[in-house]
Amino acid sequence: MSEVSLDHYLVLGAVLFVCGALCMAMKRNAIGVLMGVELVLNGANINFVAFARYNPVFRLEGQVFALFVIVMAAAEAAIALAIVLNFYNNHMTVDVDTAEELKG
Amino acid sequence: MTEFLSTRLGLAPGLAALLVALIAAVILITFMLLSAIFFVWLERKVSARIQDRLGPTRVGGKFGWLQTLADGLKLLVKEDIIPTNADHMLFRLGPYVALAGSFLAFVALPFGNGVVAQNMDVAVFYMLAVMSSEVFGVILGGYGSGSKWALFGGMREAAQVVSYEVPRAISVLVPIIVAGTMNLSTIALQQTGAFWNWYVFHDPFTFGAFWTFFTCGTASCKRAPFDLAEAESELVAGFHTEYSGFRWLIFFMAEYGSMFAISGIAVLLFLGGWHLGFLPWELSDKIGILGNVINVLVFIVKGWLLVFVMMWVRWTLPRLRIDQVMMTCLRYLLPISCVLLLGVSIWQLLSWQITVLVYANYVLAAVCVAFVAWFTVKLTKAGGVTPTHMMPGAWPAAPASGAPLVPRT
Amino acid sequence: MSQATILFLIIAAFTGLSAVAVLVSQNIVRSAVWLLFTLAGTSGVFFLLGADFVAATQLLIYVGGILVLVVFGVMLTAQGPFITMKVGAAEWVIASVVGLLLLGVLVMSMPGPEAFGSSEAAPANAQVSSSTQLGETFLGLPGAMPEANVSGLPKTATAVPRTRVSYLLPFEIVSVHLLVVLIGAAYLARAKRRKGGLP
Repeated sequence: MSEVSLDHYLVLGAVLFVCGALCMAMKRNAIGVLMGVELVLNGANINFVAFARYNPVFRLEGQVFALFVIVMAAAEAAIALAIVLNFYNNHMTVDVDTAEELKG
Repeated sequence: MTEFLSTRLGLAPGLAALLVALIAAVILITFMLLSAIFFVWLERKVSARIQDRLGPTRVGGKFGWLQTLADGLKLLVKEDIIPTNADHMLFRLGPYVALAGSFLAFVALPFGNGVVAQNMDVAVFYMLAVMSSEVFGVILGGYGSGSKWALFGGMREAAQVVSYEVPRAISVLVPIIVAGTMNLSTIALQQTGAFWNWYVFHDPFTFGAFWTFFTCGTASCKRAPFDLAEAESELVAGFHTEYSGFRWLIFFMAEYGSMFAISGIAVLLFLGGWHLGFLPWELSDKIGILGNVINVLVFIVKGWLLVFVMMWVRWTLPRLRIDQVMMTCLRYLLPISCVLLLGVSIWQLLSWQITVLVYANYVLAAVCVAFVAWFTVKLTKAGGVTPTHMMPGAWPAAPASGAPLVPRT
Repeated sequence: MSQATILFLIIAAFTGLSAVAVLVSQNIVRSAVWLLFTLAGTSGVFFLLGADFVAATQLLIYVGGILVLVVFGVMLTAQGPFITMKVGAAEWVIASVVGLLLLGVLVMSMPGPEAFGSSEAAPANAQVSSSTQLGETFLGLPGAMPEANVSGLPKTATAVPRTRVSYLLPFEIVSVHLLVVLIGAAYLARAKRRKGGLP
């Protein structure tokens, strides 16, 4: 491997994405699921910025999009945590396996 | 900076770059350590003098120069205690995350013209971002200690530091709007010349931004009067209750390091960086390497002066309660910094139309110099306080002759 | 093995291993710490890609904001000292298989180095800093937005002029969105009486 090309960054982004997707699927703690979401968004961000650097057609749109993704991730994390807190206040637990009723 | 030097020696370019990075890192951490040693001694002396006592006077001569060395030796040979309830990995990790957050900020801090480890175009933004990750060391320390006092202290501290980052970032934006760049070297170079070129005098809004940045910086360094979370009378010692010996030393190196980094940013953004303030030239262009040395010394002295002001404030003002701390941030500093940001944007736009605004810095500089002169005169002319009456049992005034003092009955 | 390759290997290994550790770790606070390392490693990757501004934003917002929020959430919903929620062994096997399949699909679908006409990185504009270029892209200035042959658009006889897009409107929308979301989150998370009294 003489130089780092686009593929290497895409593989790294894919690894983060897969870890995040598995976190979302496997974690029983609701906040663990939220961490999985953050990992997925970071993997996507790495892809965006790598394309912005290696694609000679576009200039910096990838970085612009990455900035938007970061801002949206912050908003979504805030809401998700508020929901988790409400769930905890009502059910005394954050285990997502107990969230199986549609009511309350 | 010295990369071409290494490649001249015939090493592979990758190895040369690694060597340069290593040398820069070693220089920076040595500076951080020496600064911390100096600051510990300075803190003890300043606090002592403000409290009308002497401070360390035994170790290393009359002024106790080597006191910090003795303190450091003591801390190094102390027993390494980890509480039973502590989460071992997080307890050990906390101090190093804090130190990393503090040390990484020095990478982008220019000490002189070109004397910077990495000349980044987003230097200020990078420094603030990296110093904001120091709060994680506090959280890990508080949680990992396994004691509820540490946890409370850590959470309060984290809330305070994170809240004060917002007005701090807005205050930093004010001189950036005036300068037009986030590159700290460029901003400092724009303040070449006499002291009325400094951005603190540029317009009333940057003048206000200096004070709000310094206040928010003091708060985000967890220094008094915002040090509730580590105060001894409040929460034992806050997040570092269970830390002793070397780990405590790492936490305090991180704190003094970020104090110097905040002072360094304030000096570069507002107080003219490495310029002396009364010479019209950029010294490193005029006299070469000697100019660089003078620049670095001037910058370090200015940074140390601001740290001294932080210590002075710590030992003068009483501590704020946690709700007062949060209200100061949210009700006072945040609106003030937003108004300053708005004001400086309007000022910059208007100064294209109304050319007289460009000369505001002379007016502000003159006003400040006049104020400092008047204040100095008032201070030096103020006589001592003469007592109006004597309390029963008080010592009388010292007799002119060498007669022994006898209390009044 | 140039210096850039070594740096990339170190940072990528650090980030990838921390991501796997987030997945594997059973204690939620330790997962948060590994997430911190992953986010810091991602910021390092952005610095390697020359995106200084995005990297600093990542550190400031993700590490200094979102992660602190997550840790506060973990503390507020703690159910006892270091309670861990175990995942069964069968789930681990299924998860590993599915994960590796997904990783394989993603890696197979990669475009490869010859997809964009050159295997080297686009020449970074050395004179202008990336944050200046970013600002120009946001404002839609002509110098920052080159004419592009975007694949998938119909090729007409005359070249379709690419409209100058400025990102100010999405920026404003995102700001208002953030404000609305934060107000909603603050309202949702306000202190209410807990059902069933104090635990």
